Amino acid sequence: MCAIAGILNLADAPAPTEVALRQMLAMVRHRGPDQFGIYLNDGVGLGNARLSIIGISTGQQPISNGDGSLWIVLNGEIFNYVELRAELERKGHKFTTDCDTEVVVHAYEEYGTDCLKRLNGQFAFAIWNENDRSLFLARDRVGKRPLFYTESNGRLIFASEIKSILAAPEISAEIDPVAVEQTFTYWSTISPRTSFKGIKDVPPGHYLVAKNGNITLTSYWEVRFENEVESKLSQSGSKPLSEAALVRYKNEFHELLKDAINIRLRADVPVGAYLSGGLDSSTIAAIIRKLGVSKLDTFSIAFHDEKFDESRFQLEMAAYLGTDHHVVKASHADIGRAFPEVIWHTETPLTRTSPVPMFLLSKLVHDKGFKVVLTGEGADEFLGGYDIFKEAKIRRFWARNPSSKWRHLLLKRLYPDIANLGNAGSAYLAAFFGAGMKETGSPDYSHAIRWRNDRRNHRFFSKEFSSQIAEQRKAGGVEHEYPEGFEKWGDLEKAQYLEINIFLSQYLLSSQGDRVTMGNSVEGRCPFLDVRVMEFCNRLPSRLKMRGLIDKYILRQVASEYLPEEIWRRRKRPYRAPIHRSFFNEATPDYVRELLSESSVTASGIFNPIAVHQLVSKLEQGKSVGETDDMALVGILSTLLVQRRFVSHFTPVEPLSDRDDVKVVNRRVKNQPTCAGSVC
Amino acid sequence: MDEVNVKAQIKKFIAENMLFSGDGFTHADDASLLEAGVIDSIGVMELVTFIGNTFKVTVPPEDILPDNFDSVQKLADYIHRKQA
Repeated sequence: MCAIAGILNLADAPAPTEVALRQMLAMVRHRGPDQFGIYLNDGVGLGNARLSIIGISTGQQPISNGDGSLWIVLNGEIFNYVELRAELERKGHKFTTDCDTEVVVHAYEEYGTDCLKRLNGQFAFAIWNENDRSLFLARDRVGKRPLFYTESNGRLIFASEIKSILAAPEISAEIDPVAVEQTFTYWSTISPRTSFKGIKDVPPGHYLVAKNGNITLTSYWEVRFENEVESKLSQSGSKPLSEAALVRYKNEFHELLKDAINIRLRADVPVGAYLSGGLDSSTIAAIIRKLGVSKLDTFSIAFHDEKFDESRFQLEMAAYLGTDHHVVKASHADIGRAFPEVIWHTETPLTRTSPVPMFLLSKLVHDKGFKVVLTGEGADEFLGGYDIFKEAKIRRFWARNPSSKWRHLLLKRLYPDIANLGNAGSAYLAAFFGAGMKETGSPDYSHAIRWRNDRRNHRFFSKEFSSQIAEQRKAGGVEHEYPEGFEKWGDLEKAQYLEINIFLSQYLLSSQGDRVTMGNSVEGRCPFLDVRVMEFCNRLPSRLKMRGLIDKYILRQVASEYLPEEIWRRRKRPYRAPIHRSFFNEATPDYVRELLSESSVTASGIFNPIAVHQLVSKLEQGKSVGETDDMALVGILSTLLVQRRFVSHFTPVEPLSDRDDVKVVNRRVKNQPTCAGSVC
Repeated sequence: MDEVNVKAQIKKFIAENMLFSGDGFTHADDASLLEAGVIDSIGVMELVTFIGNTFKVTVPPEDILPDNFDSVQKLADYIHRKQA
């Protein structure tokens, strides 16, 4: 796991300098503290910061193909590199390292951009072709690894993290108002938008080619569901699956998951696993043990606040599996204290504090000497695990008989807080979830209530900021697109598509995934996001994902072979972290009061100081606070932190120095003048 | 307390604790608080607590219904009935 960075001249511009690349790489030292590499050629410079995991002694980048015409810098892992290397060796390719990175450059030489279809992994990489002077930038299918770029002053500048781009010459950040508005609706921006004007991401499943000054962006993979007929049948219930078919599906899923886990254990360093106490991570840990790994270290987050704590289940599971278990227990104060550092890593506002404990957890992993952990992300999205899928199913069921006195009461199973209100809860449940209930043909039926509710916090924007959003909106552009064939998919699959493309890729794998693990030099690997597992899940009949209101049905079937019944039958409990008490407690951090002060809020230009003052008063009085207020608080604080750290007070760190292990490959024509100053 | 005063207090509370608006409460007295996006299904409990503390009325669970709580007018009427 690593970071990459680079500069390519698209037009006449000073040659990228080694100093500029050293500066960009220094910004992401946390992602790859072990070794560094720089490639320089006419009008182009590439960089890599390396966290050594595979081929430790031979894998320093940049790495080239046999004749030195192709040069790669890579962030990530290619888990099927062993098989791919054997295939390429049969075709005559010669390898000089034991590293997966070298396999990618040879695969590109052999297959061109089609090489991406053969890669099973999590990656973002850049390959420079010296022969045709083209740059190939690619990102994995669901965006496990980040990749950003901007075009400025005749240059393409790209990097694994935005802070590297901002450290490049002549680049500065400006908050994108629509990005903030999107985050206050969807919990993230919609790709390719980032929180900063002019800086985009390479969308998941896409590659970018820059050649002769032109840039083209191409999709090579997208989430598609190939179970249209089956899913329709399952909804009508007219054609039950045979027992034999169920067994076939289960066995195939089981084998794929085992192999997905097995190839993710490939590393020249020890591999650990996260253990949340839930079904997904418990199944992974159990399979690792079954695969013959004699010693397994597992890691969990626990909370002092019992409302959020799952440690009983985690400890039970660790004891059952016989793992060496490690726990970090987070207090409200811990979360509040670490929040600014987490925002430095996420580079985008948040509406949840959940990434913070994940950051504390990866620190524990790092401190215990681990660089790699297996994690359970993806199961909820690809196997229908979230309550939002059930909520949509119940609302559709209710919509078929709106006058029913009991159908909507099924929602109480999902929202125990409402259920606790008794009859009152029922009345409000009907009123709240009944909104738009009959619009079952709407493509965003599953998510419309959540988004509408989240939009309520747009009221905190200042008038001026709201006007800027409106102006940008006038300029056009769609929020998010629905793919061809979307309307033919099943209801569950439509909801899954939105959850995968927006929540998973843009938030869970980013702010709550890559950024908070790599912030402590730890790589997360997700077996449920193995391309074979994802594509298999997307062929499954809906009822094998959600059976009645039982989520992840097929996974539970597999898990029943490994886990105690209490675990594999257990209802999912969403992972959440405390919010307002993390910021307003006996030890409210100074930065909270300072950022939320009237002068600071006014100076930001983003939020209405009166509205923020009223929210703060409410929180300080200890009044009951709902989820919407919690989200507003995190959203406001994090937006102000992003503005401060990346716009008004951005400070590049010291560039890589002679003390760092930097491999420099300079392929420039000799005597070509290069600009030595830091502005080049 | 007359109805005008009761409504003013309700509006002030909603504006400062739910709408977070510097412009006060800008909806009509009979506007649905749910439909206008002023409160969510949990937010109603904030109103229950407020009414209990401010107007010294006891709100039994069976009274927590949109018919009593879903607009400023309905809230004022409800408080009036309870205080009568």
